[in-house]
Amino acid sequence: MTTTSAAIEARDLTKTYPKDVRALDGLGFAVETGTVFGLLGPNGAGKSTTVKILTTLTRPDSGQAWVDGVDVLGSPDRVRRVIGLVAQRSGVDLEGTGRENLTLQGQVYGLRGTELRTRVGELLERFGLAEAADRVTRGYSGGMQRRLDIAMGLIHRPRVLFLDEPTTGLDPEVRADMWAEIAHLSGAEGLTILLTTHYLEEADRLAGRLAIIDRGRVVAEGTPDELKGELRGDAIQVELRDPHPDGQAHAALDRVPGVWEITIEGRSLRARTDDGSAAVPAVLQALEAGGVRVASVTIARPSLDDVYLRHTGRSFAKTEEPV
Amino acid sequence: MSTTLTHSWFMTTRHLRNLARQPWWIAITLVQPVIWLLLFGAVFTATADIPGFAADSYVDFLTPGIVVMTAAFAGGWAGMGVIEDLNRGVVDRFLVSPVKRPALITGRLVQLAIVSLIQSLIVIGLGLLVGAHFPGGLAGLAVLVVCSALLGGSLGALSNGMALLARKEETVIAASNFVLLPLTFLSSAFMQRDLMPGWIQTVARYNPVEWTVQAGREALTASPDWGLVLSRTGLLAALCLACTWLATRAFRAYQRSI
Repeated sequence: MTTTSAAIEARDLTKTYPKDVRALDGLGFAVETGTVFGLLGPNGAGKSTTVKILTTLTRPDSGQAWVDGVDVLGSPDRVRRVIGLVAQRSGVDLEGTGRENLTLQGQVYGLRGTELRTRVGELLERFGLAEAADRVTRGYSGGMQRRLDIAMGLIHRPRVLFLDEPTTGLDPEVRADMWAEIAHLSGAEGLTILLTTHYLEEADRLAGRLAIIDRGRVVAEGTPDELKGELRGDAIQVELRDPHPDGQAHAALDRVPGVWEITIEGRSLRARTDDGSAAVPAVLQALEAGGVRVASVTIARPSLDDVYLRHTGRSFAKTEEPV
Repeated sequence: MSTTLTHSWFMTTRHLRNLARQPWWIAITLVQPVIWLLLFGAVFTATADIPGFAADSYVDFLTPGIVVMTAAFAGGWAGMGVIEDLNRGVVDRFLVSPVKRPALITGRLVQLAIVSLIQSLIVIGLGLLVGAHFPGGLAGLAVLVVCSALLGGSLGALSNGMALLARKEETVIAASNFVLLPLTFLSSAFMQRDLMPGWIQTVARYNPVEWTVQAGREALTASPDWGLVLSRTGLLAALCLACTWLATRAFRAYQRSI
């Protein structure tokens, strides 16, 4: 048996669902103890399947994985004791109260008596649920249910916490609260956290390292800054008035010096340049001369969206549209 | 083993508590068998006059039948609760925890048995009220209730397993509808066995509903044939164990499919 010092390690995971849907295609990464690692990708990229495998919910067709040094496929029972999961779909029993949900969760992990009661009270307090503790959770708001989910995932003091799209479907303010909570978990408690998200901003803010996943594979990995640093210079984004055949706008811009990585998707044209503000006049002039009409121009510092575009050939927002 | 029992009890507590919070469900669950007893009792009163019908009154004959039918139906529909837990992610949450897999099934079956016990007592009480006689006394009634619980448990386990495999409400509803009434009518729940067509008598021999009715009714006679009672009870216990094992295996199939 191979053991590793990483808190989570996945190697060459593959999984195919019926009808030849390939969810994972040789996915691998490692997460250092005590860090927040983000898996970033659009819906269907394989994030949730990865979490299901690492949390012993399902098995890969091939590949290996370790959590806290324990072989996930060989000793799933041992893995279950050291992990907490906050699944994408809440796991709260809506007929039970917050306290009952937490108590049962604690009992399952072997907590009993005073120790259990104290721990439940502590978590209710900490996640702002003390007042609602004895109300049936069906009446909880989305944010309250999510906080209860996290509290349940922490009841047995796990060493590794999996957060599968923890803020999807939450209001923006609630999302901000959740971010603060997650940042606190990793900082103060030394927990290793695997976070999946399809929000670029979320990955950028919370993850110390991240892997960009596309079609079941890791296409890029590093710290958010490293990934953004791979991109030299600024991004120019031009919205065109009419969708243009690639060639026309491309040909026009190819003549402009200091502009590279030109991509066009529908009406939006993206390119990179050393100095955005200096390049804009030349870009506009070249497009006009080429007969391409421009609606607007923006210049931006590199974002994870650009990183995603670079590695997958598609912009992140575009992949999200047809769900 | 003891961990499995403890976990089962935690789950049973959860299910009972959740039921207690649904007053409408309780009302329907308690009233329905009463309606069946009164309705069938009224519709088939003349059955007692059929030449060769052994029981003194139809209600003597029918009461054990309704107890068994109630338990069978409660069991058959038990999978709906699993579907609800699947849809809410509760099943997945338990599957990534160290909870013992059999406990996720037996917790529900114990709850089912408790509900079924209460229903049985209500039907028996009402039967006595409208003039039924049970010469077999308390021992006979105990056999009837225990065997009904075993039958409910068997069908309940199958229904749970089916829910895990199909993961769709519609499938569980269709399967229950398809199976429950025929199973009940292919037994002597409502009609003395030797008065039914020969082929039904043959089929009934392999029908667990019939085993339950036989054991219960035999135990309620003045001088029961305990050999028959024990053999039927044994069959039901074995069936219940086998179905629980199957339902627990269904978790593996479910986990492979997600």
